Amino acid sequence: MSETTDGLAFGSLALALLGGALRVSTPFLFVSLGECITEKSGRINLGLEGTLVLGAMGGYGVSLLTGSPWLGVLAAGLCGVLMGLLHGGLCSLPKVNDIAVGIALMLFGTGLAFFLGKPLIQPQAPMLPSVELGAWSDNEQVRSALRINVLLPVGLALAGLLHWAFRASRWGLALRLVGDNAAAARALGYPVVPIRIGATAAGGFLAGVGGAFLSLYYPGSWNEGLSSGQGLMAVALVIFARWSPLRCALAALLFGAAGALGPALQSQGITAGYYLFNAAPYVLTLALMAASWTPGQTLAGAPGELSFTQR
Amino acid sequence: MDALTHTLLAADVQNRGAAVEAYRVTKRFGALTALDEVSLKVEPGSFHCLLGENGAGKSTLVKCLVGYHPPEEGSFLVDGREQAIRSPRDAQRLRIGMVYQHFTLAPGMTVAENLLLARGDLPLRIDWRREKAALAAFLDSTPFRLDLNARVADLAAGEKQKLEILKQLYLGQRLLILDEPTSVLTPAEADEVLGLLHGMTRDGRLTVMMITHKFREVSAYGDSVTVLRRGKLAGSGKVGELTTQDMAEMMVGSAVSVATAPRRRAADAGRTAGDIRLAVDGLCADNDRGMPAVRELDLVVRAGEIVGIAGVAGNGQKELVEVLLGQRSARGGAVHVDGESYGATRAELRRHGVFSLPEEPLRNACVPNMSVAENMGLRDFDIAPFSGGWLSLRFLRRGALTRRAKEWIEAFGVRPPDPSAAIENLSGGNVQRAVLARELSGAVRLLIVANPVFGLDFAATEAIHRRLDQARNDGAAILLVSEDLDELLELSDRILVMSEGRIAHQALAGYVDVAEVGRHMAGGAGHGAGH
Repeated sequence: MSETTDGLAFGSLALALLGGALRVSTPFLFVSLGECITEKSGRINLGLEGTLVLGAMGGYGVSLLTGSPWLGVLAAGLCGVLMGLLHGGLCSLPKVNDIAVGIALMLFGTGLAFFLGKPLIQPQAPMLPSVELGAWSDNEQVRSALRINVLLPVGLALAGLLHWAFRASRWGLALRLVGDNAAAARALGYPVVPIRIGATAAGGFLAGVGGAFLSLYYPGSWNEGLSSGQGLMAVALVIFARWSPLRCALAALLFGAAGALGPALQSQGITAGYYLFNAAPYVLTLALMAASWTPGQTLAGAPGELSFTQR
Repeated sequence: MDALTHTLLAADVQNRGAAVEAYRVTKRFGALTALDEVSLKVEPGSFHCLLGENGAGKSTLVKCLVGYHPPEEGSFLVDGREQAIRSPRDAQRLRIGMVYQHFTLAPGMTVAENLLLARGDLPLRIDWRREKAALAAFLDSTPFRLDLNARVADLAAGEKQKLEILKQLYLGQRLLILDEPTSVLTPAEADEVLGLLHGMTRDGRLTVMMITHKFREVSAYGDSVTVLRRGKLAGSGKVGELTTQDMAEMMVGSAVSVATAPRRRAADAGRTAGDIRLAVDGLCADNDRGMPAVRELDLVVRAGEIVGIAGVAGNGQKELVEVLLGQRSARGGAVHVDGESYGATRAELRRHGVFSLPEEPLRNACVPNMSVAENMGLRDFDIAPFSGGWLSLRFLRRGALTRRAKEWIEAFGVRPPDPSAAIENLSGGNVQRAVLARELSGAVRLLIVANPVFGLDFAATEAIHRRLDQARNDGAAILLVSEDLDELLELSDRILVMSEGRIAHQALAGYVDVAEVGRHMAGGAGHGAGH
């Protein structure tokens, strides 16, 4: 008798984890794909956390003003493009370090979002719609787990598209060349600096869209505690995924599941150590970084021009 | 232009090498005249060699020709017609291409991707099946063989060099300029690459101009030769009509015999060897990527001998030296100095009198923005007489450091003679001299040396070799790692060949069979092709 209940409990926990992974992973997915594009061009943008928060604020505000959550998503992306252009432009000046600029822009982005977002805390903006993938089931738990947001399939498709584009499009090859050996790219006549600025702007766009998900779907409001470091964790995730968009998607789901561990256990009635389990994504980040990073070695698959692969 | 017609152009329509002439070309950089009215003539379909010491102006001349820095005076004629080559684009239009000494490939991308990127007119969407078929057809039209799907980082040096050449052929070049193309290759690889290029010039499909300082390559493959010295034309002629001695004299400007530098005689090597100073047993170490680079390596260096390690770059020599200098941790095995366990700590280095001349001294043996005096004091700034004072607080005594630096600058001829100059502002030879002063002035018992004359001119090379020989005769044990076989033959008492992290061969001075050594050097490097 007790074995069956155990089995049931385990099944519903797994279901809750899956639901959580599908729900929470979207910002990880978008930010990591954005960072993947930027890092493939040979630059690191640590400012994506700020871009994410600014995108969340901008998206929420525009959705509130226009009544269209999709215009909100677009606005969030454009906020990201501006942040990306700022990062790309600053890093193109001589003797400017991309990591330092990234940290500055992270603080700038969050600060600006908090400043401009004060009047947005109270009102309720129109939300993004969701897709019912679980309509076939009469189990409420299954339906809730498979109720996904529209941005998730878009992001997964984008991961596939990027995987193809890095390999078999002019833009993808040029981007990888610039990130792998800038001197060779220059000798072949590829414009290194414009490509890098463009890649950083594109990365910013995606991070902004990831922010719009936070304010327009889940948790679905604007407040100053909206992001809990997803932008920074996504950077770690790109390294763990070894700069492959498909692995980025898998890793984003894994991080999403880790983030859902606390709430999922709570829904099963396990409340002990709730905050400890909520820290799972951060522990996972640390563990993955420690595991994939051995001192004295360069990472296989790392773009050759990244500042931490240069010795 | 689609991929197929492009390939056809490269392969068939294009069947003549270019004729090139330089007429009184002059190039100045500020006050320095790098090229002074240099003229040369390269016949179509010939293999032309450009000889000269470092700084003789060879690179400057070809960079003028490919439009990197256009000359102030003089002109270039291509196929008899005067051409203004103001930019690399102009050179490309004339189908003049250059293969640089350092590789300009994207290491993380495949051979096919590197070739396609060089073409520069990629379609928005790349049809890999069609492109690969076209690339395979292009490869078939050349004598070179490479795996299109291999990642460049996995290629051996010889294969990378072939890819660089293929890149230029793929662009349909009629004149190929090579800047010391064999400096990173094994003798066998060098012979293969140069032989294939030589074959293409025999077909008349290509003209080759090669910068080199290896007489052997000139005599084996060259049709004609031009020698530069200090920016001026020192002589030229057909290869068959000039002896090695003639060319060497043109190069150095005096009747110095460089063809056969004094090699150690067997009798000399047989003298009583001293105690074992350095013993390496079963040493294992990983490279930067975490792959095994040194595999169960054993070697012994005795007092009063120079043990030379030959090998193609990338067979674990760098990692071995780094372990011995404490820059890298070993994964297994043991190192003993004077019979005691050795971990390259500062105390052990000092106790056993271990000194070193690592390669790239500015990076591996200096703090670039510190002064010459400070860099000269790096070994002993923390002991008397350079530190001391109240309460054993060990204050630095700058006066003592500067005084000693002045003595060493004088003794070793460091220019400029200013102990307070930042060492990064010195030329390569002078940085090496400053490091040499620091490392050879103490009581040297064990000296670890890696490529000590890389990038230095003839005179500086001679001076360093003399000092190494002197240290050996004074009883030091010397481990000399070098990519230059001639240097090893000249200095070593014993030569070990390192291949794939192991000692593949060893020979006593005087009994060295160069062909045998070359075969063992090549043993490891040939492997990369399979990836």
